Amino acid sequence: MSIAQDEPGAQFRLSMLLNDTRYRGYTFQAVALLALIAFMAYLGVNLVQNLAAAGLNISYQFLGEPAGYDINQRLVEYTSQSTHWRAAVVGVLNTLLVAFVGCFLATVIGVFVGILRLSKNWLIRQLTSVYVEIFRNVPVLIWILIVMQIFIVVLPQPRDFKGANASASMWFDAFAFTGRGFYTPKPIWMDGSWVVVAVFLASILGVFAFRQYAKTRLYRDGVMLERFWTSLGILFVPCLVVYFIMGQPIGLDYPALKGFNFKGGVYMRNSFIALTFALSIYTAAFIAENVRAGILAVSKGQTEAAASLGLRPNRIMNLVILPQALRVIIPPLISQYLNLTKNSSLAIAVGYMDLTGTLGGITLNQTGRAIETVLLLMLFYLTISLSISFIMNIYNNAVKLKER
Amino acid sequence: MTDQHQVAYVRTEMLPEQAPPSSQQGVFKWVRENLFPDVVNSIMTVLALLIIYYLLSGFMPWLFGGVWTADSIRDCREILDAAGREVGGCFAVLTERWNQMLFGFTYPTDQYWRPFTAFLLLPFAVTGLMFMGLIAKAFRILAIVQLCMAALIVVGAMAQGSGLGMAVTPAILAVLAFAISTLAASGTPIVRYLILMTALYPFVAFWLIWGGSILSPLFVMIGLIIGYLVFKRGEAFGFAAGVALGLVATVIVWIIGGQIAGLAPDFLAFEAVRSRDMGGFMLNFILGTVCVSLSLPIGIVLALGRQSDMPIIKIICVVFIEFVRGVPLITLLFVANVVLNYFLPPGTNFDLILRVIIMITLFSSAYIAEVIRGGLAALPTGQYEAADSLGLDYAQATRLIILPQALKISIPGIVNVSVGLFKDTTLVSVISMFDLVGMIRGPILASTEWNGVYWELWGAAILLFFPVCYGISQYSQWLERQLDTSHR
Repeated sequence: MSIAQDEPGAQFRLSMLLNDTRYRGYTFQAVALLALIAFMAYLGVNLVQNLAAAGLNISYQFLGEPAGYDINQRLVEYTSQSTHWRAAVVGVLNTLLVAFVGCFLATVIGVFVGILRLSKNWLIRQLTSVYVEIFRNVPVLIWILIVMQIFIVVLPQPRDFKGANASASMWFDAFAFTGRGFYTPKPIWMDGSWVVVAVFLASILGVFAFRQYAKTRLYRDGVMLERFWTSLGILFVPCLVVYFIMGQPIGLDYPALKGFNFKGGVYMRNSFIALTFALSIYTAAFIAENVRAGILAVSKGQTEAAASLGLRPNRIMNLVILPQALRVIIPPLISQYLNLTKNSSLAIAVGYMDLTGTLGGITLNQTGRAIETVLLLMLFYLTISLSISFIMNIYNNAVKLKER
Repeated sequence: MTDQHQVAYVRTEMLPEQAPPSSQQGVFKWVRENLFPDVVNSIMTVLALLIIYYLLSGFMPWLFGGVWTADSIRDCREILDAAGREVGGCFAVLTERWNQMLFGFTYPTDQYWRPFTAFLLLPFAVTGLMFMGLIAKAFRILAIVQLCMAALIVVGAMAQGSGLGMAVTPAILAVLAFAISTLAASGTPIVRYLILMTALYPFVAFWLIWGGSILSPLFVMIGLIIGYLVFKRGEAFGFAAGVALGLVATVIVWIIGGQIAGLAPDFLAFEAVRSRDMGGFMLNFILGTVCVSLSLPIGIVLALGRQSDMPIIKIICVVFIEFVRGVPLITLLFVANVVLNYFLPPGTNFDLILRVIIMITLFSSAYIAEVIRGGLAALPTGQYEAADSLGLDYAQATRLIILPQALKISIPGIVNVSVGLFKDTTLVSVISMFDLVGMIRGPILASTEWNGVYWELWGAAILLFFPVCYGISQYSQWLERQLDTSHR
């Protein structure tokens, strides 16, 4: 933006600081800076006075002291004797876990619903738009609480699995869905299992290499190699072979009913499941709209042009429509991921111990160090948001239309 | 060839058009094309029908078999058992506790009509802004809505045996709305007066909801009016000088007015209600409207600052916006709850609701700033250059050329942010304020009478939030189409 500039050349006078557009900017900035510094100083003085009056100080020493509370869902080793810092780390990991699983689920559901909203089928269109509108227009906190309630009330309790004529039963004797949470088998890593894992990672690289090779062949010789089944084969066959050669080093620990509860396996608490599920169906409604808008944003002329080149429908979708739609879909998609991550702080409403529950909840209440904990809390979310928007900017620059 | 039409087997007259085959017209064709076009779609239709049937078969008996009058959940179950019904909602909790859900549990019961009136006046305040070209139609709809409200309340009041007076307000307002619609239809330039209504509304609403003497809101308003008049006079010396003079005049009037209001605290006074007695859906509504309206001007300033050429101002705005957008609202509410007091002068004790309003306003102003920045960036450079070539300075160009267009472009975005913010006001329940969600989770579900009545209460919460949010977002889409002056 440009604004009218006064003519250069006149001798500098003090009044120019107000009247001359060349210098007025400096005046404004100086005033703004001074006002900001004065405001900060005012807040700082108040803070010092208030802290002195309350006999407090700013210190992060409490992070090294034992937390003294238990966390019921954790990804790393933690006991009530661990430090507050350790509790915060557990919280961070729990937040990231919800964010990752939630984003994944939300994308799957959102893309699915978004495509269904463009279906030829009238009934499906209406159903999906009812879903989208209801979820977009009611607060996410209400959805989280409702889903949690559904879990507690509707799903069977572990005691219902007991006895000869139990009212509930496990799926394939491996999965149990109860009101207290989900139980799934847990892999046991025995000697030699690292070989299998290494082979699996290598075959993922192999798939990429094969795709590259197939592309080169296509461009050089015009030969289309079968890609899907070959990729699948590369991914799984070596793994399975090595798995059996090494004598099946990876076992499964099945959950089983012991007493009044399930033992063994992986236990996912109801609060985790409810939070993740509620966040993902809520965010999926927004993603569905983004996907729909993205597909509609590609003009019909593109489809027709591709068809007139003789491309078949699925190749039109893959090569012409999707790359252009993705350019429209991905930026709002990423900001939905960010929203989901920030909304995961609502875990506190269902008692899931994410960072807001550990550091911003119990630690804050126990130590009374409000400023320090809230600052750390903000710093964590800020880091995540800024790094994701940094990545997004790189992506946007990479895919934006090269205009002259 | 010449006498071909005399051959017996050649028709001489046109056959009348036949109706298309039954498979190609009417309901049958529609069903076939929209529900069963191919195998995959047919399967999906059947699945969808099954899902709908499953949902409705569970939902309908629950809804229509519900109990509307009972003292507690045990009463409800006894009544249901006595009637021999398997399922049925216990809606008695709504008839019993509707006032708590709407107004919180400490707002004086006999004063409910005040926030209620403020709520009913809201459409009058916003219609002038919202439906620029469609005033007559909008107010006719409004009259109908208010009449329906009055009727509903009369019915409800008969069932309850109280609160009949509350039906008077919507009835009067319906008459008012009808009068305005007639005036607007007759061609009177009524929009100016409606915008006056918008300007008056905040003060009227404050007086109605918080009560106290009319003098304090009155003097705040007079101060603003005098400030505006002084600004208009002072603008001759430049925009900045005008703003400064106006501010000084406003503050002087406020100080004098404060003294006078202090002398006569009972002049035209309603019973005063403290902020901490606000609750229920009313609290969501207050927080939503107050914070959105306060954050608009701040958002505009932030957006202009971010687009500015001056590096220091730009940096300040960017840091503020990115910081606020990077943290969840809940952490800002924690700040309002436990941290903000440390930064205020020792001895001051802000109301929690005021602290929350400050933080939510800061939060939403950052989002609104980003929306308006989008609008500013979408303006063609030619507009800025045209303003410059007319010799307008920055303040004039921004006010007369840039902002009107940029704001027009960003209205849908602003509305979306507002809906999001309105939904996010439920988060205050986490810092133990009793908004709608807080009321349901706290006093109602924790009471011995209603412990266990989940679906009825959450259903009511959905019913309160959904129409508001859906209505606003539909309106924003409608507005987007109205404002779209491009030709396709």
